[in-house]
Amino acid sequence: MTPTGKSVVGIGAFMLALGVLAGLDARPISAAEKSTVTANGVTLHSVSTKFPDPGRLFPGGSSADAINNNCLACHSIGMVLTQPKMSRAEWQAEVNKMRNTYKAPVADADVPAIVDYLANIAVGK
Amino acid sequence: MTSFDRDRTPSRRHFLKQGSLIGGMAVTYPAWAAAVVDLGLPGGPSQRALTGGFPQKGPMILQRSRAPMLETPFETFDRGVFTPNDRFFVRWHWADIPEAVDVAAFKVAVRGHVNTPLSLSMADLLKMPRVDLAAVNQCSGNSRGYFQPRVAGGQWGNGAMGNARWTGVRLRDVLDRAGIKSGAVAVRFNGLDQPTADTAPDFIKSLDIEHARDGEVMLAFEMNGEQLPLLNGFPLRLIVPGWYATYWVKMLNDIEVLDAPDKNFWMAAAYRIPDTPQANVAPGQTGFKTVPINRMVPRSFFTNVADKATVKSGAALPLRGIAFGGDCGVAAVEVSADQGKSWKKATLGRDAGAYSFRQWTTQLARPRSGKLTLQVRCTNTKGEVQPGEPNWNGSGFMRNVIEQVELTIA
Repeated sequence: MTPTGKSVVGIGAFMLALGVLAGLDARPISAAEKSTVTANGVTLHSVSTKFPDPGRLFPGGSSADAINNNCLACHSIGMVLTQPKMSRAEWQAEVNKMRNTYKAPVADADVPAIVDYLANIAVGK
Repeated sequence: MTSFDRDRTPSRRHFLKQGSLIGGMAVTYPAWAAAVVDLGLPGGPSQRALTGGFPQKGPMILQRSRAPMLETPFETFDRGVFTPNDRFFVRWHWADIPEAVDVAAFKVAVRGHVNTPLSLSMADLLKMPRVDLAAVNQCSGNSRGYFQPRVAGGQWGNGAMGNARWTGVRLRDVLDRAGIKSGAVAVRFNGLDQPTADTAPDFIKSLDIEHARDGEVMLAFEMNGEQLPLLNGFPLRLIVPGWYATYWVKMLNDIEVLDAPDKNFWMAAAYRIPDTPQANVAPGQTGFKTVPINRMVPRSFFTNVADKATVKSGAALPLRGIAFGGDCGVAAVEVSADQGKSWKKATLGRDAGAYSFRQWTTQLARPRSGKLTLQVRCTNTKGEVQPGEPNWNGSGFMRNVIEQVELTIA
């Protein structure tokens, strides 16, 4: 990744962090949502909500293809881009943990590109 | 203290400066969200967006949107010892979380090494003998972002904690209703959340049978007098007073009595600490024994003055904050203005229970102009005092070093 690309990752992370601030969808109230349970002075109301759509890709264009294609199924980008500066070996260990322990279905062929991307994240303010 | 508001409350001007970088971005957000928070993490990245986009939540510090990790803005802790539900921190491991719960259909199973397996409705639970208890819920990795050397994981500031009054039923009463068979050794808890990857380890936690039956561990259906926000575990959450939040299983729908020690990943491999004083090891150290993380340790914080704040000279400086003992009460809170050479006892506020936050107050007489470093430490009722040196472990767990703020008196 070029130095320019690195700064794009840093700024992009901040820009995209704001993307989640968009409001919630309005949804019709279902029958289940109206149901309640009451006993001994406490009433509990069913809840129907919607979590915000992260809707965000790792920035960086084609350099981010592998990480975008493999990692977003389980988690959004935020916590990845807020890690402290980590070595390539440390990022490799994280990717290994995701695959081996948390069973992320990442193809062997995609691993080097993911680790490359992570090892080149610019840690800004 | 206006100094606090000025320095820790997200600054609109700060945002506008950032705004020049994001001109033309096609997102809309409420005016209050036009802010970033700087957590002061050494080496960065330290800035986080505030988000109001999550259901039943006010503005929260966004650590991760999916699976949600939301931090409580620290100024919240200055408002009293109970953390409002809409500002209470949120942390999920797996992203497959129900967005809706039909409270009339919800059931919690009690099964395994019991005489009579049960399937309890919320109505069943509401009709049982009721208890309430104030207790701090704190992430094992609260304050991880301040570890040096830094460690991987959720890069929290100090806001992955909160205190609430929990209302519900005793776990012991529920277990007795099912009847525990002899030979039971542990009780395991599962919630409605599911892994997003096939064959990945579901998030489940367990307690020793004696702990589960201690009469304090609870199943809570209310938090600060209201039903729990969905993101905090509606409709039912395990409450383990004095222990880290990893055990406080949310959306609790399965209680399994075990007749053998729990070997599941989340007990046997994850959330383990070095079996050393303060879970402390040297960076790079290997070969130490580990145990599952367990009881909390004492902490205390300033809440009305923030690090790097400027305060007016020529007047007495009121100081205020919160403390908790960990798995017991607060015996004393002391403040030092001379790098720990001498300590002055603070006045403790109302005691809401041994597991609760407790407010403290004191005053410094006319501090001299210039730089002033203040420290605060808590001693709990077991006699444990916060350490002057930070602990370190590779998971970033159990930070409880004496906190300090550097003020400018001007």
